[in-house]
Amino acid sequence: MSAANFTTEIVVPPDLTAKRSWRSVKSAMMTGLMIASVLIVALPLVAVVWAIFSRGLGVAFHGFPAFFVDEIPVIARRPGPGMGPAIVGTLLATGAATLISVPLGVAGAVYLHEYGVTNRFARVVRFMSNVMTGVPSIVMGLFIYVTWTLRFGYSAFGGALALACLMLPVVIGATEQMLRLVPNHLREASYAVGTSKSRTILSVVLPAAMPGIISGSLLAVARAAGETAPLLFATGAATEYNPNLFVEANTALSLQIFGNATSSFVAAQDRAWGAALTLVLLTFVITLVARFVTARFARRR
Amino acid sequence: MSEEPSIDLRGPPEYGDRAFAKLTAGAAGLVLLILGLIAITMTRRALPVFGEMGPRFFTSTRWSPPDSIFGALPFIWGTAFTAAIAVLIAVPISLGVALFMTQVASPSLARPLVYLMDLLAGVPSVVFGLWGVLVLSQLVHLGRSFLTAGIILAIMIIPIITSLSREVIATTPVGDKEGALAMGTTRWEMITETVLPHSAGGLVGAVMLGLGRAMGETIAAALVIGSALGQITLRALAPGNSMPAVIANEWGEAQDLHKSALIALAVTLFAITILVNLVATGIVQRSMKRGQGT
Repeated sequence: MSAANFTTEIVVPPDLTAKRSWRSVKSAMMTGLMIASVLIVALPLVAVVWAIFSRGLGVAFHGFPAFFVDEIPVIARRPGPGMGPAIVGTLLATGAATLISVPLGVAGAVYLHEYGVTNRFARVVRFMSNVMTGVPSIVMGLFIYVTWTLRFGYSAFGGALALACLMLPVVIGATEQMLRLVPNHLREASYAVGTSKSRTILSVVLPAAMPGIISGSLLAVARAAGETAPLLFATGAATEYNPNLFVEANTALSLQIFGNATSSFVAAQDRAWGAALTLVLLTFVITLVARFVTARFARRR
Repeated sequence: MSEEPSIDLRGPPEYGDRAFAKLTAGAAGLVLLILGLIAITMTRRALPVFGEMGPRFFTSTRWSPPDSIFGALPFIWGTAFTAAIAVLIAVPISLGVALFMTQVASPSLARPLVYLMDLLAGVPSVVFGLWGVLVLSQLVHLGRSFLTAGIILAIMIIPIITSLSREVIATTPVGDKEGALAMGTTRWEMITETVLPHSAGGLVGAVMLGLGRAMGETIAAALVIGSALGQITLRALAPGNSMPAVIANEWGEAQDLHKSALIALAVTLFAITILVNLVATGIVQRSMKRGQGT
């Protein structure tokens, strides 16, 4: 054993007496494989983005802004725009989900990091919140169907509830991470002038963590905007504008893509690509804003 | 940060403070409440079909809504099979990317890769599904099959496995790695002797979390899996079905008992994914803690 002379213990030492050249070649080969896996990952992203733009651009921007404002054709095989009601539906459901889940998620994270910290309840909630991020979105959709839609009927709000359930653990996780970055001396300085704990949290801790919380929440919003399964059971189906959050079935970009993707009519497939482009641009803008906020946060620190 | 609050030196009354603490505790408790409610309310809706089918719901291979016969085994199999394909494809690639980002690339090269992964994770599932059904399944001789679904699912779980693996790998003590290199190991030997043994537990957890995601991913699978009934086969190119795909595809036409059967599928899916996630989250958290401790 060549490692016998060393005081540091390496469990299974590689045969360091073997020819260096072969070992270097092997190492270089493995590095090559790593680079290859990076390229393999880039491949589907490039392919998907290419497909969306090459097939969606013409549809979405033909006779601009018709695609973004016209109502959805009732007869699927009829060519032409549009996706207006779906855009409104996506914004309604996602917006309402954000209004529900972000305050609750932030409050929950405040409890976990400022109050509970290591008590049993906080530990269990933190753990289960992590587990909850893995609950399939379709389960959330059916859960809202069972508890809400069966009583109150289809609406964008039902979809928003399902999306909020999905976003809640994400917002909790992101916020807790940001609270951890707030230096303790800020809290102590606040206590030192006689401020209560709740006041300290509201006027010192949360403002300090705000940019991070905003960017974390926006990423959750971007994900939610693209979700389909939760809306499937709670939002229903519509082809006309429904600006009312609480009553009557609604639609969404993701629902339209899902519905049209398996259609045998080229016109419907075209609309699916146009809707996909619209959805990706929408989530891209939200993500971009999140990055911008994070960057400003980083600079200020 | 805009408005400077005037600080009240006496502080608000004690009860306000306690009420605020209770309020936030309530918000945190919401997590447990929702998970509990999911289990209870959905199981109640699924009871009719469990009553009708009994344990045969999990063992029968026949799924025939018109005859009120609901055997979920083919869909349980389809879920496991597609998730396994996805993990088999995704794990080596994710591990390669994670090792590249942490052990090979300079920070200035690793950062754009993080963006790339974020972008990949940000593409909505339904868009992958659309691409899968209209491009991928037609480009190659894949058709709509277990394999096509597995490939799409793999693409979708690569970002999460990669980012978790990266976090786990980053906890390897620098001293271990430098010690190995100082002995004259090559980079690959350093990785297999220090990084991988140190991160093994956490990597297993990361893979399991990816597996959980793959099993629950609905829309993309629903679009590309082929929706064939009763296929229990190892032929990856055969069209099949999985639990979430069946729910999404049959919900529109489902009535009474059929609906109850689909909800029963969701309950089964919920139970399986919760179990996988419980174990995986436990493993990941423990390995992270150990990494920080040393």
